Amino acid sequence: MGLVTPDFGLTFWMTITFLSVLFILKKFAWKPILNSLKEREESIDEALRSAELAKDEMARLKSDNEKILQQAREEREKLLSDAREVREKIISDAKNEAKVEVDKMMSSAKAQIESEKLTALNEIKETVVSLSIEIAEKVIKKSLSSDKAQVDYANSLLKDIELN
Amino acid sequence: MLKFKVLKVVLISFALLFSTNFVFSQHGENHETEEQTKEFNPGEMIMNHIGDEYGWHITTIGDTHITIPLPVILYSEKSGFHVFMSSKFHHGHESYQNFKIATGKDNRYKGKVVEMIDGKEVRPYDISITKNTLSLFISVAFLLWMFISVAKAYSERKGKAPKGMQSFLEPLIVFVRDDIAKASLGEKKYLKFTPYLLTIFFFIFLNNLLGLVPIFPGGANLTGNIAITMVLAIFTFVITTVNGTKTYWAHLINTPGVPWWLKLPVPLMPFVEILGIFIKPFVLMVRLFANITAGHIVALGFFSLIFLFAEMGGPIAGYGGAVFSVSFTIFLSLLELLVAFIQAYVFTLLSALYFGMATEESH
Repeated sequence: MGLVTPDFGLTFWMTITFLSVLFILKKFAWKPILNSLKEREESIDEALRSAELAKDEMARLKSDNEKILQQAREEREKLLSDAREVREKIISDAKNEAKVEVDKMMSSAKAQIESEKLTALNEIKETVVSLSIEIAEKVIKKSLSSDKAQVDYANSLLKDIELN
Repeated sequence: MLKFKVLKVVLISFALLFSTNFVFSQHGENHETEEQTKEFNPGEMIMNHIGDEYGWHITTIGDTHITIPLPVILYSEKSGFHVFMSSKFHHGHESYQNFKIATGKDNRYKGKVVEMIDGKEVRPYDISITKNTLSLFISVAFLLWMFISVAKAYSERKGKAPKGMQSFLEPLIVFVRDDIAKASLGEKKYLKFTPYLLTIFFFIFLNNLLGLVPIFPGGANLTGNIAITMVLAIFTFVITTVNGTKTYWAHLINTPGVPWWLKLPVPLMPFVEILGIFIKPFVLMVRLFANITAGHIVALGFFSLIFLFAEMGGPIAGYGGAVFSVSFTIFLSLLELLVAFIQAYVFTLLSALYFGMATEESH
């Protein structure tokens, strides 16, 4: 029976010891340990959560970057095509202008030629007139005696004119 | 670091205190035990090992007993308080101031100090620091030192990863908190009971392990002592009862989900339930006591086989038996390591479940 009969002395010491251990450990060990464990777990949770947030932020930034890049690419594309258009326009404008200029020059040249021709013709006319007058004068001046001589003379004059 | 120094000083002073009192007693040939047959008695040896004693017997070399004497503290209704060292009894062979250690096969005070009053053996109030009590003090000192230094490590290394002993104990603490307390008590109430659950878990676990260490300061069969398990079970019982909610008591009287004829006219279920609140802690007490004691008995039994074989078949049989016995004892010790943890776990888990039942809210 000795084995299964609780001994008074040991029960007494155990009760006292266990109660003191319970209170001392509760105050000086379990409270600080459990608190710091909890704090650490919370801080780890917090860190994980913020890491998740940072990851999201990164992804967002990345997609933003992608968007901006895309936009830049489009912008460049547009600029390039605009430039091409402008260039073509400038070229065609230049061509048109040149054509107009050439036409203008041509027409003015033609007009000038025309007027030069007119002046030349007029000069010719004047020359013919003065020549005619000269001839007539000379014919008159000679006061020719015979009709025959007059006709010969006139013919020689004509010959001269033709030679001219 | 300071804690370490304090511990060292304590240990050294302990050692000095006992070394001055160390008893190397030499007994003559006309000694009482010598008259008995020197035959090896495994039953007695085992019972001595798992029981309690007034001095801490370390070993016997030849006829020299090496024993740490421990204080005997007695209160007798006749002669008042007495405090003296257990070495005064000379291993139970002599009486001191009318006190002696009772002997005899059928003596109900066998192994305990009794006072001789008018030729009769009377048991005084005995709060001696016995082997188990000293073992209790040592283990508790170790427990306090261990967890207070770990707590300090937590406050010093705030927010950092655990280190050293802290990292060894943290998984166990978290295990008790999450898998025992939180699992049985729920998120809201677990924090109230966790300190108690942690204390019993580590108290039982440490003492189970110390019981497996064969030399001082281990070797006492503390958690295999019914007084220790009884006190632990009573604590669980008191906490359960004190924290019982209205729902808990109502469910005891009027168990839900049970046919009415089990409650009226004969209150069978209430009777069983009320009985249950006492049976639960009783079972806790017996389970721990029986498991640990049985482990000690079996391990010692295998060791005894060596000497039994040697006695019966001579030294060769003894050595042959030793190979067999030692390997079995190693196997059993490993098993006991497992049992040490399992019993601590079971005691704590069941306590937590009882608290969980007691604090159950109506749903």
